Amino acid sequence: MHLLRFIYKNTFRHTLRTSLTILGIAIVILAFGLLRTVVSAWYAGVEASSVNRLVTRNSISLVFPLPVSYKEKMRQISGVQFVSYGNWFGGIYIDEKNFFANFAVEPKSYLELYPEYVLSPDQEAAFLRDRKAAIAGEKLATKYGWELGDTIILKGTIFPGNWEFVLRGIYRGRDKSTDETQFFFHWDYLNETLKKILPLRADQTGFYLIGITRPDLAEEVAIAIDSTFKNSLAETLTETEKAFQLGFVSMSEAIVVAIQMVSFVVIIIIMIVLSNTMAMTARERIGEYAILKTLGFGGWYIAALIFGESLFIATIGCAIGIICTFPVAKVFGNTLGTYFPVFHVAATTICFDIAAAFLVGATAAIIPTWRAIRIRIADGLRRIG
Amino acid sequence: MKIPFLYSFRNLLTRRLTTTLTASGMALVVFVFASILMLAEGLQKTLVNTGSYNNVVVIRKASTSEVQSSIDRQQAAILETQPEVAFGTNGRRLLAKELVVLISLPKRGSSKPSNVVIRGISGSSLLLRPQVKLAEGRMPRPGSSEIVAGQSIAKRFKGGGMGETLRFGMRDWMVVGIFDAGNTGFGSEIWGDVDQLMQAFRRPVYSSVLFQLSDPSAFTKFKARIERDPRLTVEAKREIIYYEEQSKMMAKFLRIMGLSLTIIFSLGAIIGAMVTMYSTVANRTNEIGTLRALGFQRVSILGAFLMESLILGFLGGCAGLFCASFMQLLTISTMNFQTFSELAFTFSLTFGIIYKSLAFSLIMGFLGGVLPAVRSSRMNIVNALRAG
Repeated sequence: MHLLRFIYKNTFRHTLRTSLTILGIAIVILAFGLLRTVVSAWYAGVEASSVNRLVTRNSISLVFPLPVSYKEKMRQISGVQFVSYGNWFGGIYIDEKNFFANFAVEPKSYLELYPEYVLSPDQEAAFLRDRKAAIAGEKLATKYGWELGDTIILKGTIFPGNWEFVLRGIYRGRDKSTDETQFFFHWDYLNETLKKILPLRADQTGFYLIGITRPDLAEEVAIAIDSTFKNSLAETLTETEKAFQLGFVSMSEAIVVAIQMVSFVVIIIIMIVLSNTMAMTARERIGEYAILKTLGFGGWYIAALIFGESLFIATIGCAIGIICTFPVAKVFGNTLGTYFPVFHVAATTICFDIAAAFLVGATAAIIPTWRAIRIRIADGLRRIG
Repeated sequence: MKIPFLYSFRNLLTRRLTTTLTASGMALVVFVFASILMLAEGLQKTLVNTGSYNNVVVIRKASTSEVQSSIDRQQAAILETQPEVAFGTNGRRLLAKELVVLISLPKRGSSKPSNVVIRGISGSSLLLRPQVKLAEGRMPRPGSSEIVAGQSIAKRFKGGGMGETLRFGMRDWMVVGIFDAGNTGFGSEIWGDVDQLMQAFRRPVYSSVLFQLSDPSAFTKFKARIERDPRLTVEAKREIIYYEEQSKMMAKFLRIMGLSLTIIFSLGAIIGAMVTMYSTVANRTNEIGTLRALGFQRVSILGAFLMESLILGFLGGCAGLFCASFMQLLTISTMNFQTFSELAFTFSLTFGIIYKSLAFSLIMGFLGGVLPAVRSSRMNIVNALRAG
């Protein structure tokens, strides 16, 4: 009990120094939390993927289409439960900086395959009934102030022209990791228009989404699909949704690695700041430690004093930092909304924060403790300031 | 009377551990600050070098990149006969009708696939890009399944090296040459004969038309005319502008990340410096009293402590810059979100960045030291002498 009181009193002997150090730790924990959140936002697509879904695309690359006639052949493969298909539309809403993902999909099977997009039954019916209908995620609709029945015009970049849609539904995410900034419309609408303006590009789809009956069939089904279309004009590449999303992440891996590295640099910086504070504190108190030793307190007691103070400061800073992370992450997420549709602070991030603070607190105390324990009583008492 | 510079300097020397810790904290911040500036500079340099001011890229209206664009043979032929197109020394027009598609290739080592640009080139393509030079082998013969690969492709992708073959479009393509594209985006591309590639990918249309203007100032007139032409559905851009737009998102991302990181980091470092300086002042209360008693002015004491803090900042700045300069050896290759293809760029250190980083470190030192220095200068002589 005495020890805790001693630590507490010691901590606030230099109010200014301690509060500055706490502030520094809070800022750095905040930065660390934000960086980890950016990294996890990068993996949001991977996290949201289901083990029951496969993605089939042209084996050359994503920009090459597949004939829509593959659908029936795919459905005949055992283990396949649903087949849906679609195109990355790449339309621009008013200006290029208003970026959001927009897809032309076969609506019925798509909604069956993605139960995490929650749509009320009457909105779903309205969406399926109208060929020009579109649905948007709640975040997206709020951002642009769209309401049901609004007409939305997208300028096509891959498919030329201005495309008109009527908003018939606003979906909500079932999970926290569900992307609520997407926009879907009928593939038939795209295809029928293409038949008129660019007949060569009609009846082709960008990707197939396949729902399988059991997750452990994934590999078998993928091989079966790819071998069905081997040596055709459009060979396929089928992988699990997770692998598909990971492919995207790995292409921009350099940035993820850089951010991770920076997040470690942050920790080193704070380690230095706290070590410095602790080193100065211990240097000033060498005389006191010598007195404690004279009174018969052992090295462990002094070690506990220094470690306790260091960890106490780190804990307070960490707590303030974590509390601040949430509002700041919100602001940050809104600013970078076009890059990171899903931006929320994960529980693991908080765990990392705490672990980092503990590590910093412990490391900072090592050198001062070593010095304080090693010093001989006579030297300690003789030393001034 | 002024307190000698050496006083501040020796004080730092005496408290080596604290000085090193504080300066290295600042050094890390300056390192991150400089690295971010270098990265942005490197990206910018790559973009500027990739395009050339006199060249014009023509793509389909409303498409944002060559990959999305399509220009049919008839439209390409109309563009070829425009009077603004320059002539080369061989009497041919300096105009290339090109095909640009993405294919995914596995990387060496990890086998992870990444998207790579394949460009179908015609006779003038190389002439239009003086920054691209053949480093090894020869250019592909027209009408054959031969390709040349950029240096960064040859190094990093399976089957991209000299004499190796790549399989795509139901054919095997032999790499007959490696080109050196210097610090440009072309280094991450593969080039082959446009007509062969159009066959292989079953795409009957070109992606873009690139040409050199005979008179660089004629661009505005040319753009206005062809974009009004009812036979054409195209858009013309200067090559430089085109490549800059391609990486707008990436540049913006780097800027936002860089700015927020720098602000947060520098706050941390300033606080670190402040802690150090406050305790320096507190430890030396006696000394300050003595200095004052000897007749040194308040301003001189303020100056001495501020100088100490500035030296700390400067030391940190130099160390940070020194470490950051090694970043120039690194190449960042990542996917450009806008084009979906690989983009490789390096960190690049300029004098502007050196000045900025040093100024930044001095400002950090100043901000960290100013409050403690003010406190030191306002001490009462008698109280200061009695303390400690």
